Amino acid sequence: MRPFDYARAGNVAEAGQMAGRFIAGGTNLLDLMKLEVETPDKLVDITRLPLRGIEETDDGGLRIGALVSNADLAADPRIRRDYEVLSRALLAGASGQLRNKATTGGNLLQRTRCSYFYEPSQPCNKREPGSGCGAIGGFNRIHAVLGTSDKCIATHPSDMAVAMRALDAVVETQKVDGSTRAIALGEFYRLPGDTPEIENVLEQGELITAVRLPKPFAGQHRYRKVRDRASYAFALVSVAAVVRMDGGKIAEARLAFGGLAHMPWRDETVEKALIGQEPAMANFDKAADILLAEAKGQGENDFKIPLARRTLKAVLADATKGA
Amino acid sequence: MNKHVMNEAIGETRLDRGTQGVIGQGVDRYEGKLKVSGKAPYAYEHLIGEKVAYGFVVPGPIGRARVKSIDTAKARAMPGVLAVVTGDAIMHSSAQPMGPDVPAMKGEIFHYNQPVALVVAETFETARHASHLVEVDYEPLEGHYEMEGRRETGRASDGGPMAADTKRGDFEKAFAASEVQFDRTYTTPSYHAAAMEPHASVAKWDGDQLTVWSSCQLLDLNVKQIANGVGVDASKVRLLSPYIGGGFGSKLGIGPDAVLAALGAREVGRPVKLALTRQNVFQATSRRGETIQRVRIGATKDGRITCFAHETDTPNAEGEGFFEPSGISTVFLYPGDDRLVTHRVVTTDVLTTSAVRAPGEATGMLATESALDELAEQFGIDPIAFRKLNEPEKDPQEDVPFSSRRLLECIDEGARRFGWADRPSKPATRREGEWLVGYGMASASRANSLMASSAEIEMSADGRATVKTSMTDIGTGTYTILQQIAAEMLGLPLDRVDVLLGDTSLPASSGSGGSWGANSAGSSVFVAAEAIVEEFARRLDVDASTLTLKDGHAIAGNRQIPFSEILKRETLTVTGKIEPGDTSDNTNQASYGAHFAEVAVNVTTGETRVRRLLTVGTAGRILNMKTATSQCYGGQIWGIGYALEEELVVDPRSGLIVNHDLAEYHVPVHADVPKLDVVLLEDRDPYASPLAGKGIGELAIAGVGAAINNAVYNATGIRVYDYPITMDKLLPRLPEEVGAAA
Ligand SMILES: Cc1cc2nc3c(=O)[nH]c(=O)nc-3n(C[C@H](O)[C@H](O)[C@H](O)COP(=O)(O)OP(=O)(O)OC[C@H]3O[C@@H](n4cnc5c(N)ncnc54)[C@H](O)[C@@H]3O)c2cc1C
Ligand code: SF4
Repeated sequence: MRPFDYARAGNVAEAGQMAGRFIAGGTNLLDLMKLEVETPDKLVDITRLPLRGIEETDDGGLRIGALVSNADLAADPRIRRDYEVLSRALLAGASGQLRNKATTGGNLLQRTRCSYFYEPSQPCNKREPGSGCGAIGGFNRIHAVLGTSDKCIATHPSDMAVAMRALDAVVETQKVDGSTRAIALGEFYRLPGDTPEIENVLEQGELITAVRLPKPFAGQHRYRKVRDRASYAFALVSVAAVVRMDGGKIAEARLAFGGLAHMPWRDETVEKALIGQEPAMANFDKAADILLAEAKGQGENDFKIPLARRTLKAVLADATKGA
Repeated sequence: MNKHVMNEAIGETRLDRGTQGVIGQGVDRYEGKLKVSGKAPYAYEHLIGEKVAYGFVVPGPIGRARVKSIDTAKARAMPGVLAVVTGDAIMHSSAQPMGPDVPAMKGEIFHYNQPVALVVAETFETARHASHLVEVDYEPLEGHYEMEGRRETGRASDGGPMAADTKRGDFEKAFAASEVQFDRTYTTPSYHAAAMEPHASVAKWDGDQLTVWSSCQLLDLNVKQIANGVGVDASKVRLLSPYIGGGFGSKLGIGPDAVLAALGAREVGRPVKLALTRQNVFQATSRRGETIQRVRIGATKDGRITCFAHETDTPNAEGEGFFEPSGISTVFLYPGDDRLVTHRVVTTDVLTTSAVRAPGEATGMLATESALDELAEQFGIDPIAFRKLNEPEKDPQEDVPFSSRRLLECIDEGARRFGWADRPSKPATRREGEWLVGYGMASASRANSLMASSAEIEMSADGRATVKTSMTDIGTGTYTILQQIAAEMLGLPLDRVDVLLGDTSLPASSGSGGSWGANSAGSSVFVAAEAIVEEFARRLDVDASTLTLKDGHAIAGNRQIPFSEILKRETLTVTGKIEPGDTSDNTNQASYGAHFAEVAVNVTTGETRVRRLLTVGTAGRILNMKTATSQCYGGQIWGIGYALEEELVVDPRSGLIVNHDLAEYHVPVHADVPKLDVVLLEDRDPYASPLAGKGIGELAIAGVGAAINNAVYNATGIRVYDYPITMDKLLPRLPEEVGAAA
């Protein structure tokens, strides 16, 4: 760990002006600093900021403070009742101890679990732009099959963000100059392209203050996470689904995917193709065809393509059954 | 010294009489309270409060190279840095358990991220950061990081844990003439022991005397290895390992931390603490080698095995003699007049391979016990019936009798308890919603060994006993069983027996390894206790056999005399020693068992969950039912990992061990482990040791992964020959219809 300065932000306004790297739960940042994958000169501790509340918004949704822990968020009765997919996604992630520490803002910004990113002696364009990508042609079982580039094939590891993507969450921030903005989660993350080191649209010193959920979506909520062991493993494929039926047909389907791409993946053409359809396997297959039309395996992760198809179909079958 | 050589079967002993009633009981751990209250210091926790310095290893991030120069100036310039230790003596991986030699780097990088230097600083954090400032200049050398394409270069090693080759008759001829021929190749990946306590050491010099606290299994060998590594005489070194957070073979040979800490302490003139990071442990200690195993079995048309071959390729580093002995149980477990067991070592430039829990059985039986399942099916015979048809009466290799072999009883008892009769008779026929359900079974065996070991018992004047031996307790329960043996033999309540372990200033012992610890160290305590009883009898002028000892009193005829009276206000100290003898040669000794698994495979994803796991075992006398059962639970959990999850991945391009932490090297978590059942049958093996007990620590891992694999086949109709059974291997052949609907 490289020596760094430490300062504690006393209020939201000053946090961004303190010109340092924010630290919340530290469950990701500290690990990376120990390995000197991340080497901030200064840490700004934001854990004393008053961002731990979950409050109702005027339009019937919820505003989740950036410092609400993953454990508290998953256990909140409103989340469990109205946003079940989110509660389930959170509980599918990490471990009890980690969820107690991990925060909403930090979870959104956690970095990839690519092993080559974590090993400073290996080439990695995300860690060291221009050095190459160790995962291409290497061990890439956990890597992306959608939206990859020849510079980076990493995935975003969050479960929470996948559910939030399906729920059309909006990220609220405050910039260094004190101005605020609201960024739809669908516009928050970036694909790797030629600059995999830039993972989202945040500016230097821009603080996440909250995540806003719109008013609840009716329908069946599912979060299905497929992984190499029953708990405490990142998703190989995950599907967040909110599906509403009407008259035996699919009226609305919100579908987001984890483990497939550099960001929580959502493809509205998949959802449109399902609307008005009967819940039949043939129709689910067509949706999967659209989702995976451009999917590209890297060798070790080829299985993710059929796995995503099968998981999507099973989730849709489950969410539409008995309708 | 009182010595017992195991030349013949043991008769009835005080343990059989059980007058004190403590032997075999599942009593709580001797050191349990200390451990749960944080008062049992692990290696790194010694010298609290002393002025110490902290070490951090500098890794060499390249697969194979010569070191041209090491520039330590920047690191040394950092405030708080005391020294940067470099040079030929830097140990690059753990030592092998076979001899006193240690692997010194001598200017070369032998494997990716091996230690190349040690930074010593005032704080751990300073040392860690300074480790990044050391600049190493390399001349890259050609390296080979996988067996593929190089298997023909495999060498027959004479420095391994068993003979490279074991042959009988003419296998090739017999196989060619067999009515039925079975020929399959199985692969198992590299594994890591991943003990909870990382390899860690504290080293302190007093003049030319060196004291090291480290996390070790075989102290009397390890102390010589430290002396070698540091370049001093072994008589100048004292090694202590009072409490150990797991070893599983990875601490049989000394870790690089012990030697590096000692070198650092000598350089800075104060004690040095060095704990390997989890990443270091994965990359700088030792691992289990991956294997490619070809199993060929010849049989008659009616299902009788006539010949058996098991040929294994496995890697190790250049010059290393150890190999994963996958054929170790094949030598005696299966019948056949013509037999062939071979091992070839393919040299790779990857971290050294060495012993990991049940070397041989843990990998070999993943292959052979799957092969038996498949072969039974080919014959249309139930796997249990097939094993009964092929149960040898004596050691098929050496023609000597089995000291005791109750494999079929374990199988029958297991089948009854498990409900084997309900097994789906055809694969892929039982579906519960989204899950395909299947049962599988496999045999377990673990070769038994007895090692020379000694222990002292000191009887204080007030009639308390203290057992002293350099033996280690690596979490297995050694403290507790030694206390029980002494208490039972001497007729003392448990709370009047103390046990001191893990210190080379105590009588030399077998150490912990190969499941031999309980019997070897336990027998030395038995021998010492017998000598005390003899002395009591002599003082009371009676025949020892007529003397009954209970609750600190000797009962002879109608006399009942407290020990304090016999001891006459003096301390009585005796030493006992056990040595293996003829019974090791003229009988074949092993522990046996049977595993039964029920698994469910998700039809959509191929995720496999073990729903039930039962192991029935026999291992001679069970010294403590609770600790023995716990050992078996551990073995079962390892078996789940080996069947379904664990795989140490080496990048063949660079030699990097890719998944070098516990987030990415998957061992089973609680959610992977169902309720475990272990049943240990009442047993005695009078040829194995004076205790009539055999090794148990590694029995339960042997074969359990194969039982799971066989259950996966029964559930899905898919046989996997390439462990672990991850979803990508099942997916292509799972049914089209996903989801619960069916
Ligand atoms: C072993 C292990 C297993 C895990 N398994 C899973 C899993 O299965 N699923 C899953 O989803 N996650 C998993 N995680 C990841 C875990 O969810 C994240 O580490 C956690 O959510 C990060 O939150 P934090 O508050 O600790 O972030 P920190 O580590 O404090 O910060 C992470 C990043 O976010 C930035 N940041 C934090 N807060 C703000 C803010 N308010 N505004 C702007 N920037 C901010 C920091 O500067 C830093 O760059 C696992 C982690 C570990 C260590
Ligand atoms: S996939 Fe991305 S994160 Fe991983 S090595 Fe390549 S560039 Fe780095």
